[in-house]
Amino acid sequence: MRFLRALLSDDLPRSRALSAILVAIFLGLLFAPFLFSGSQALNAAAKILYFVVLAASYDLLLGYTGIVSFAHTMFFGIGGYGAGLALYGWGPSWSSVAAGTAIALVLSVALATAIGLFSLRVQRIFFAMITLAVASVFAILASQLGWLTGGEDGRTYQVPPLLRPGFRLFEGEIGGVAINGRIVAYYLLLVTALVLFLAMLRVVNSPFGRVLQAIRENDFRAEAIGYRTVLYRSVANCVSAAVATVAGVMCAVWLRYTGPATTLSFDIMLDILLMVVIGGMGTLYGAVIGATLFLLAETYLQTLMGAISRATEGIPLLPALFHPDRWLLWLGILFIGSVYFFPAGIVGRLGRDR
Amino acid sequence: MPEPLLSLSGVHTHVGPYHILQGVDLAVPGGGVTALLGRNGAGKTSTLRTVMGLWRASAGAIRFAGLEITKAATPDLARGGIAYVPETMSVFSDLTVRENLVLAARAGPPDAARLDWILTLFPALRTFWSVAAGVLSGGQKQMLSVARAIVEPRQLILVDEPTKGLAPAVVANMLAAFAELKRTETTILLVEQNFHFARSLADTVAVMDNGRVVHAGRMAALAADDGLQRRLLGLSLDSHQ
Repeated sequence: MRFLRALLSDDLPRSRALSAILVAIFLGLLFAPFLFSGSQALNAAAKILYFVVLAASYDLLLGYTGIVSFAHTMFFGIGGYGAGLALYGWGPSWSSVAAGTAIALVLSVALATAIGLFSLRVQRIFFAMITLAVASVFAILASQLGWLTGGEDGRTYQVPPLLRPGFRLFEGEIGGVAINGRIVAYYLLLVTALVLFLAMLRVVNSPFGRVLQAIRENDFRAEAIGYRTVLYRSVANCVSAAVATVAGVMCAVWLRYTGPATTLSFDIMLDILLMVVIGGMGTLYGAVIGATLFLLAETYLQTLMGAISRATEGIPLLPALFHPDRWLLWLGILFIGSVYFFPAGIVGRLGRDR
Repeated sequence: MPEPLLSLSGVHTHVGPYHILQGVDLAVPGGGVTALLGRNGAGKTSTLRTVMGLWRASAGAIRFAGLEITKAATPDLARGGIAYVPETMSVFSDLTVRENLVLAARAGPPDAARLDWILTLFPALRTFWSVAAGVLSGGQKQMLSVARAIVEPRQLILVDEPTKGLAPAVVANMLAAFAELKRTETTILLVEQNFHFARSLADTVAVMDNGRVVHAGRMAALAADDGLQRRLLGLSLDSHQ
């Protein structure tokens, strides 16, 4: 227990229900390749992994520091393009991944610093607008510089041999599953996500994290007790950007493809916002729950509705209402419901009912 | 006569289109309590905010401990030894009592002996040590707000109406705490509407009206002169008797 406390930076989930959900998500992700068959399930699990990192890094900004930024997918995209273009241009080796990641991190932190220093002094709404503008410029650049990025089509590339589907870690199977390169890649993502999540938990529970929370609540008060809020906000912005960049690298390595639709689109920005809000702002566990719920709904709602539609055949109206084509309508209703019933997010609600 | 710890000369402050401070001259001698009195809207809070750099003086000079601080940034002033207790119970409500105090200590954990002393001044804070500050009562929040200002020794504490809206028992606790703090030679600039509270603590007094200091002198002299009180403080005195 003491080890767990230290690992989670003394920030244990605040209720039994919340702990149970988090443990279930963790175990589900840990054994996903063995619990669920088929590539759709593994793809969904991997997507949850990098979106947990992405949503948690956004929560560092929105929930802990009170900064609204629309440039988060830009940093995600920089990571994706950094690793993707390196693998495409320099060949499928680990050094390409490392070099691409390093270049992407430098670019992200430099951009985050520039945006932060130029605009974190202004009112929050203007900061949000500036990030929106910069992110749009970046998305246009990515699509216009076709010779480099592949334009709207993006780039498809090979990953290092260890991570390819044809690779076998050893002969034989575990629980009826052959351990191929995809599963190695999945566990690489899992370990990366876990390490980054625990590191972020450490950041928000450090004295630095407390200052961020103080700034979120009232920046004048934070200044009056001696903290330079612009500096703290800028550092938070850089940390958050760097983590989002690594999430982008995870995405690029998993998908073996990088394009505007998977990394830079504004839809992803909205998805991240929804994940953080539904899960609960200002608690990294909320990002885990938000991202998992959101992606599960996105992946399986259609299938579930198909099943319901078939099961209710013969009853008037219901089969039409649950027709798989109406899945977006139900997704929307689910979100409205969750915001209505859990205004402080799911974690906020569960934490209160202890 | 030694130079005062804090002095304002001809300070003007504009907030948006409003000309709030219109040439404030004020001297706060080191090592005692100076009360800043006056009716609502006279410019008392604006004076504190201007000293703290939260509003910029548009003219005039502010000196603190021999240095010109008119243009200094708020965090630098806080680090330079000025603490500010605003009137709005300025706790960080999501952080616990302990975290609020640790945050104010800035450089590492607060000194244990000093913390112990603070918790004897405000025993309620010990009871709610690990509770989020947002759920404290108004009086407890005010105590935490003052405790945060003194968690490290400061040269000057600016306190804005610490008794506003508090129950008599909490006011008595606050009075005892400030009296104890005064014994440690900390300089306090106290904005207060409650004349009796101010009278029992302050050595010197300044009275403001319409963005200027209209009277400055010994508190004992003002306390002994009913006519002067009535002329300077008028209704604000009656309302607190």
